[in-house]
Amino acid sequence: MAAPVSNPVPPDKALVALNRFGLGARPGDELGKVAADPRGYLKAELKQQDIALIPPDDPRNAGLLDSTAAIQASMAAAMERKTARDEKAAAAMQPTAAADPAGPAETKPKPSVPRVEADIYRDEAQARFDKALAATPGFVERLVGFWSNHFCVSAAKAPVVRASAGAFEREAIRPFVLGRFADMLLAVEHHPTMLFYLDNQQSIGPDSRAGKRRGRGLNENLAREILELHTLGVGSGYVQADVTSFAGMLTGWTMAGREGRLGEPGTFVFNANTHQPGGAMLLGKAYPGAGMGQAEAALNDIARHPATAQHIATKLARHFIADDPPPQSVARLASVFTKSDGDLRAMALALIDMPEAWSTPLAKLRSPFDYVVALRRAIGPSAGNEPQRSLRWLAVSGEPLWQPPGPNGFPDRADAWASAEGMKTRLDIAWQAARQADDIGNPNDMLASLIGTSVSAETSQAISRAESKQQGLALLLMAPEFQRR
Amino acid sequence: MSLLCETPSLSRRAMLMTGGALFAWAFLPRFARADNRDPRLIVIVLRGALDGLSTVGPVGDPDYAGLHGDIALSLSGANPALPLDGFFAVNPAMPVFARLFKSGQAAVVHAAATGYRDRSHFDGQDVLESGLPGPGNAATGWLNRALANLPAGDRITKAGGLAVGPSTPLVIRGAAPVLGWAPQALPTPGDALAERVLDLYNHRDPVLAAALQKGLDADRMAMGDQLDGKAMKPKGGLDNAAGMRQSAQGAARLMAADDGPRIAALAFDGWDTHVNEGGATGRLANLLGGLDGAFEEFEQGLGARWKDTAVVAITEFGRTARINGTVGTDHGTGTVVLLAGGAIKGGRVIADWPGLKPAQLYEQRDLAPTSDVRAVLKGLLADQFGLSAAVLGDKVFPESATVKPMRDLVV
Repeated sequence: MAAPVSNPVPPDKALVALNRFGLGARPGDELGKVAADPRGYLKAELKQQDIALIPPDDPRNAGLLDSTAAIQASMAAAMERKTARDEKAAAAMQPTAAADPAGPAETKPKPSVPRVEADIYRDEAQARFDKALAATPGFVERLVGFWSNHFCVSAAKAPVVRASAGAFEREAIRPFVLGRFADMLLAVEHHPTMLFYLDNQQSIGPDSRAGKRRGRGLNENLAREILELHTLGVGSGYVQADVTSFAGMLTGWTMAGREGRLGEPGTFVFNANTHQPGGAMLLGKAYPGAGMGQAEAALNDIARHPATAQHIATKLARHFIADDPPPQSVARLASVFTKSDGDLRAMALALIDMPEAWSTPLAKLRSPFDYVVALRRAIGPSAGNEPQRSLRWLAVSGEPLWQPPGPNGFPDRADAWASAEGMKTRLDIAWQAARQADDIGNPNDMLASLIGTSVSAETSQAISRAESKQQGLALLLMAPEFQRR
Repeated sequence: MSLLCETPSLSRRAMLMTGGALFAWAFLPRFARADNRDPRLIVIVLRGALDGLSTVGPVGDPDYAGLHGDIALSLSGANPALPLDGFFAVNPAMPVFARLFKSGQAAVVHAAATGYRDRSHFDGQDVLESGLPGPGNAATGWLNRALANLPAGDRITKAGGLAVGPSTPLVIRGAAPVLGWAPQALPTPGDALAERVLDLYNHRDPVLAAALQKGLDADRMAMGDQLDGKAMKPKGGLDNAAGMRQSAQGAARLMAADDGPRIAALAFDGWDTHVNEGGATGRLANLLGGLDGAFEEFEQGLGARWKDTAVVAITEFGRTARINGTVGTDHGTGTVVLLAGGAIKGGRVIADWPGLKPAQLYEQRDLAPTSDVRAVLKGLLADQFGLSAAVLGDKVFPESATVKPMRDLVV
């Protein structure tokens, strides 16, 4: 799609650091200081210890459950709901209890079953927003968002995914965003939430004990998405036989059920009873039968495959530089990926050092999540009921948190978000945010501290001519300089 | 769902701010006073600078029609203005106000301004709402300080103030407890903001302009078969007639209760009419129709309490006397204060008319201010609530001792 008409080239360095890489300026950020050493500013964030983790020692995060506890809570809630349904159905079959003077207690309505999953999801969302709002400048959180979308799960799949999507991100994504790609890949594909999301608990080796007994077979979903979405990329040369074979290797990777027959409910287990026995081929290489280690060996290999390097490099460059990134930037990232053995910290540093990141016009559009976060960073605390308000904004903008339409995640191109409905929705959001902000400073001052000197004359004029602070703030939040990155 | 059937409910923010004061009302003794008066004051802030000369036109001034050009009000033509006296006529979009005026329940103070003389909306609104002598450092509003300076235990103080809308207008922000209420609807911005954003995009970002234009068109089409204001999808933006009426209706219902708030503030937006302002019809007239609807909702909703109620509509400054090159008006100085309510000694346009000849205009462009908006507000606060000139000149409107309260505004 066409870029904005008169985008400054090269773009303002402070805006590149804060918007292209980060989550947007806050009124206290000094754009002049950022512009003086924008690369150093970004690299300083990467140097902080455990910067990608949700700090467990923060009392606000004390209530967060690990995925095992979250999944068990969801399993228990599912049982309660089932019991309640069964009782209701049974009661409907009975003659009315009111006619029986001995049993009035039974006519009392049962308290409704609490929505445990929604509560956990909300707490996880709150923690994610808290982290994003506090980050300086948020490049690491942007990386978390990138990888979380790359390895997405969807809360819409089932209550158990809604309950554990946040824990999945904290356990399988965050520890590795500045670590090794292969480690993240292994953590993701071992995670019960991912195994459940991509149906691997239903995949049974046809020649396994369980397969022979029950006459059931493979579910290729996880194997295909690993190859197509998580690693090699579509059209990179693998064929259907590779998918089938890899699916066989992955059989037995599952989540322990509620009864605990295989292990602690809600945890990852390797179920040898369903594992397809024997050796298997993937991309022309033989993997001898060795239980769980077989697929692990395959994952370790494809994590380092040149097609994976190309796939990851392209996606990162598209996310941080341009919808159609300069080919040399992709080539450089792919080379760093290969030479560093998939070191994602080295990839982040390569992005910061990449000349194209600082010369390409700011023509991408902020995703709804990044827009909502940037908006909240810009205005500070307000009267809105959070995180519900932000979650609602994301839902109406088409990017509900941890709920993408498919395993390929949310789109990452400007034209996907610059839709008619999308822009109208942003206008509504900007207006609601501006109207709910109780203490708005002078919008001209906010413009100076959030966008700085590179602002266009038209934007500056539109804001200074606004008829109220609320309207001025809404205009600022809608300005191309605030939308584009 | 019709919002007209909806009972106003207080926002969560309101409960946080007041510590549950709303529930406490139920346990207070019923109010009663010897003279049976139970005064109420409603302040409507019109943000964006209202064109006083198109609201209440000096149709008897020989220079008016020439200056205000095609958008000047006139007693003749297809949409004649509604005469108030031999000199002034009100915009025909305000029949309710004209009726109240005729029955002695509405008045106009013309050629009024605050002490602020520059033409920045933000600073002008700060001065108007804070009651401070100049812009900057505005954290509390004069209406809240008035509330805070009433005797403790007074029923007005006990009931607290009411802020209508998703955010609390500065005028009523401060230490005294304030309840919040907003129509329960996702606020949708009115046309004013959308047009400004579109204009910016047209200049800077045609791709976003095309997308937003399509989105707005689709939205309008979806609402096109429900043009009747009452049936329209509720809009909380408050820069459109339906939103103004709706918020007044909710506020009136809360204030009509025996134990409800006696003091309220609302803020209506959209008055910055630089382009295609319109006169007897058009953009400004639509907004004035919304304001007129708000007066009507208060009159009806307050019922028996209307007789003790004063409603005052104020704006940060006026607009140029001469229309500009885009059939609108730019930021000016003198404008109108509109007063309505059973407590108002109405049927009068109060004005020391400065005239509209070039030398009579402020800086050769604006209606010259001859009345201080603060004097009007002080007069209302003194007569409705008994606040002394000393408190008004020091605490409520700091450093304004020389601005004397305008007396006899109230019956």
